[in-house]
Amino acid sequence: MSDGNQSPVSFKVVGHRPIRPDGVDKVTGRAQFGADFHLPGMLTGRIKRSPHPHARILKIDTSAAEKLPGVKAIVTGADLDVGAGGDIEAGEHAAAMKDVAANVLASGKVFYQGHAVAAVAATSPEIAAEALDLIEVTYEVLPHVIDVDEAIAAGAAVLHDDMFTKGVTPKPAKPSNVAQRHVMGRGDVKAAFAAADVVIEGRYTTAAVHQGYIEPHACVASWGADGQSTIWCSSQGQFLVRAMTARILNLPLSDIKVIPAEIGGGFGGKTTVYLEPVALALSRKCGRPVKLVMSREEVFLASGPTSGASMDIKLAATKDGKITGAEMELRYQAGAFAGSPVNLGCMTAFACYDVENLALVGLDVVSNRPKVAAYRAPGAPMAAFAVESAIDDLARKLNMDPIDLRILNAVRDGAKTVYGATVRYSAFVETLEAVKAHPHYQAKLKPGQARGVAAGFWFNIGGESSAAVHVDEDGGATVVSSNPDIGGSRASMAMMAAETLGLPIERVRCTIADTTSIGFSGSTGGSRVTFATGMAVVEAAQKVVADLKRRAAQTWECDIAHVEYRDGVATCLDPSKDAKPLSIKALAGKSAKTGGPIAAEVSLNAQGAAAGYGVHVCDLEIDAETGRTTVVRYTAAQDVGRAIHPAYVEGQLQGGAAQGVGWALNEEYVYNAKGLLDNASFLDYRMPVASDLPMIDTILVEAKPNPRHPYGAKGVGEVPIVPPLAAVSNAVSALVGKRMTALPLSPIVVLAAMGKA
Amino acid sequence: MSRTVVNAIVNGEPVEFLGGGGQSLLDALRDELRLTGTKEGCGTGDCGACSVIVDGRLVCACLMLAPEAEGKRIETIEGLADNGHLHPLQHQFLEQAALQCGFCTPGLLMASKALLDRNPDPTETEVRYWLAGNICRCTGYDKVVRAVMDAAADLRQEEKPK
Amino acid sequence: MSGVEYISPGSVAEAISALQAAGENGRLLAGGTDLLVQMRGGRAKPKVVIDLKAIPGIAAIREEASGFVIGAAASGATIGEHEALCKAWPGVVEAVNLIGSTQVQGRASLGGNLCNASPAADSVPALIAAGAVCVIAGPNGLREAPVESIQTGPGKTALAKDEVLVAFKLLKRAAQSGDAYLRLIPRTEMDIAVVGAAVSLTLDASGKCIAARVSVGAVAPTALLVEAAGAALVGSSFEEAALAKLEAAVAAACKPISDKRGTIEYRTKVAAVLARRAALIARDRAQGAAS
Repeated sequence: MSDGNQSPVSFKVVGHRPIRPDGVDKVTGRAQFGADFHLPGMLTGRIKRSPHPHARILKIDTSAAEKLPGVKAIVTGADLDVGAGGDIEAGEHAAAMKDVAANVLASGKVFYQGHAVAAVAATSPEIAAEALDLIEVTYEVLPHVIDVDEAIAAGAAVLHDDMFTKGVTPKPAKPSNVAQRHVMGRGDVKAAFAAADVVIEGRYTTAAVHQGYIEPHACVASWGADGQSTIWCSSQGQFLVRAMTARILNLPLSDIKVIPAEIGGGFGGKTTVYLEPVALALSRKCGRPVKLVMSREEVFLASGPTSGASMDIKLAATKDGKITGAEMELRYQAGAFAGSPVNLGCMTAFACYDVENLALVGLDVVSNRPKVAAYRAPGAPMAAFAVESAIDDLARKLNMDPIDLRILNAVRDGAKTVYGATVRYSAFVETLEAVKAHPHYQAKLKPGQARGVAAGFWFNIGGESSAAVHVDEDGGATVVSSNPDIGGSRASMAMMAAETLGLPIERVRCTIADTTSIGFSGSTGGSRVTFATGMAVVEAAQKVVADLKRRAAQTWECDIAHVEYRDGVATCLDPSKDAKPLSIKALAGKSAKTGGPIAAEVSLNAQGAAAGYGVHVCDLEIDAETGRTTVVRYTAAQDVGRAIHPAYVEGQLQGGAAQGVGWALNEEYVYNAKGLLDNASFLDYRMPVASDLPMIDTILVEAKPNPRHPYGAKGVGEVPIVPPLAAVSNAVSALVGKRMTALPLSPIVVLAAMGKA
Repeated sequence: MSRTVVNAIVNGEPVEFLGGGGQSLLDALRDELRLTGTKEGCGTGDCGACSVIVDGRLVCACLMLAPEAEGKRIETIEGLADNGHLHPLQHQFLEQAALQCGFCTPGLLMASKALLDRNPDPTETEVRYWLAGNICRCTGYDKVVRAVMDAAADLRQEEKPK
Repeated sequence: MSGVEYISPGSVAEAISALQAAGENGRLLAGGTDLLVQMRGGRAKPKVVIDLKAIPGIAAIREEASGFVIGAAASGATIGEHEALCKAWPGVVEAVNLIGSTQVQGRASLGGNLCNASPAADSVPALIAAGAVCVIAGPNGLREAPVESIQTGPGKTALAKDEVLVAFKLLKRAAQSGDAYLRLIPRTEMDIAVVGAAVSLTLDASGKCIAARVSVGAVAPTALLVEAAGAALVGSSFEEAALAKLEAAVAAACKPISDKRGTIEYRTKVAAVLARRAALIARDRAQGAAS
């Protein structure tokens, strides 16, 4: 196993910035995304959705729609067959399949405006739309509830009459909207507060925000007469789509082939299924391929945003700034079905800091909104907003530099997190110090500007991945990866293989396999692909290297211990042998004589993923007469272990920071009094545009590569969205002169806080 | 459904397709001409993923009806490279890693081309405001802006007398 | 969007006939940046779309002795590229150039912006402040009407069912004149105006204001001409007292709603702020124009 601590100076490919091998297709329009497929006989699918936030379905009458010429199939929840349900591992959390099925097509009740009720497949988009209008659904409208604290309150409309809060003993007598109560902690918070010199308190709220991927969900499903089917889809996990679709329709996994299309953004939002089971059920009914694509409005109405949150926090500290205890209750919206990431919020809230006494309670609360889906470090940004704001208050109160305060409290290797893991290979302190020394932090602020600092944490996971490395007859290589590429990972896979094989990067290509062509993999998410799939790639490449050495030894008739392989060439160290060096090309050219094709495939369950830490600095200005905020300077620093391809690592930091800025300033779901979504479009769901942001500087801290990865990589994709909420809010609070506790910090909110509205 | 034959010039080639019935130019490009490089991100002109150039003007293809293309000269992403030679913008986007998922990239490239066709030496601010109609969720725009400005420099070099 | 017929008439008369024939089922198309969005969202369901853009001159910009004539279907982009128009009416031009993105600018028109009659339409306050005149064609010929008479409510205009707005006139004014339009949006681009304010004014040789029109948008069912605000500036040299009076007049005239884009309090407050700022920019431009 390569040493993850190997000096980067010696790397020929890793750490450099080659052009990604799949890049040309993306800049020429050739890359095929989920909606780009056309098959002979393909039908257009459309979904009929509930206009009500909460209702019982009394009747679905499809008879008129069935008669419309051009309509070939209609399905409802009755066409699904999820049975008892059970759980499936889905990215970083388990998915309760009964809920996923009911979310895909409603069963008995609708729980949010936009909830899918029926679907049609027709010979044209116009006929499909007309057919939807002809489907008559009779509803019994029920009272609804939207806000998380209102959903908990007594008297709230209850969504599921079989929801008795888990984690509470004795089991509640009546159903409620609280799906689960999580508790974690350690030590004695009571004592810590009793002894504290300083106590900081606050209530913080965030709104639901959407991942905002520019590509709407899209798939094509094609059912064969023998029951074997193919699905092309935009997804973060082709094996996940296969597993969920099979479970929802009660089909054998081996009968479904899922081909991952290029994916136009996911950020966690495409680690579940919405369309694939529906498209396949439609295709099954009529025997023709069906394309099903969401409109942007449907994406907002019916695909999972992440939770809005309501949080109470209390910090206990000494007068020197040491945080001795903390109490926090986090209440997260799950949307229509259980499963908000509130437990992850509890786990990550204080993971940056060595706090001896902790008491955390997390409530997972349902309400009449779309079922939430993962969004980049799910659960962590909201919790960090509260924690990093409270720490900012503490710094102010004690008149301490915000970075020094964090260095004082930072976890170091050996510390234990509240969820029982031991901190290892952490460069959080180094990251804080790198920020402190950076020109941005040193720069003087202009009048009317303020600076906010915040930190953030994400676990990063390992998990199951597969990869293959094939050596071509002319000595080039192909890497086959099990994971959809959402951020440029094909480049990193090819680079790690090239480094291991000693080949120039131009000779190594990377492809993403469908479910029949590579071993199983967990989905792309959890910041795990460069780590876990990368590990599989490197192990496969190492097996190839071992094989090449064996073939060289065989050719030279020497002991394999005398074979050295470096930079794509095998040389014989035994002076007694007449042994000219053999390049990989030479060995590949006569592979048939030395045992056959040169290839290796590895499936593994990667262990040893190392967590990531980020520290962001944000300078901004506020127009005091309108409350409008302008971000003038932004720097994102992160403990990345080793940047396999630094440009794509920088890209993760910049993209996550931009999402966090949007989350902090302008993004939110706006519901009216009828429980209907008011802003289901990019016009009024306000994500940052190019003119909203300055350049985003990055600091890649490689002080502590992860020795458990062959090239020292840590996951990097999720950490960057965790610090920005508080980094922005801390700066706004400084300018406004009071603590801002509710996101987003729209101009109206800021102006009101300045007391001038 | 009332559809008519539409004649236009797409990427320099005369084409004929059926359009009408409320179809947008975007629908026609993708479904009739099978030019799927132009993407639908929202269908309402808010994201720019469907950006094309019509008679020299940058527009959203989702905001034009297919019959409006009659007689027009339309440039899409498929025509940006010159017989397989990448345009400096395409080259710089790759060099600078100015794309991650790549979905907004065709629209961004066409919008950037329209900018540089008009303004060969834009400032960072001019680039950002021109591209405000192209939403990218992956990159945070930093590398995109750098790539556009470097491509502008490349193009200015190309025009210098050798 | 099935069964939609597309017609591209070659003259105003043809367009009017087509409109009459289509009746309730017809919609006029200029840039399409509102109509297509409404069609997609099911809020507009025309059976016939009548494209005005092939009518000669309807997208042209002419400078005449009496002023500018801007074809109702001229795009924001062509308006922004017209040097003389930019020089004479920077406020009108910046207002229309704020509509949407660069892509939307390639298509969106003054005529469409006005006739779509959104209370937040960016170009309308600037046109009102400029005293723009609409040229309207009907079965009986042409008529003219001040632009502030056209919007009658959200989505409603004073045009008859068989009338077509064909041009805007911006009448030449005295040398030391300037105009400006400002709007408040949460981002830097791409948002519908939460508030918009336009001021057009003329100075005498000493810098005193001798004429002024102030118009605000997104604070009432239609864009408003606030006569008291203009009156507050006339006779002043933009002293604090005059500006305060301007602000108070604007605030008093606002009748906004609270919706997903802004609250009553916020809109009222910011309308006054923007009107003051626009007045000062218009003043600076007027002074610059003289030199």
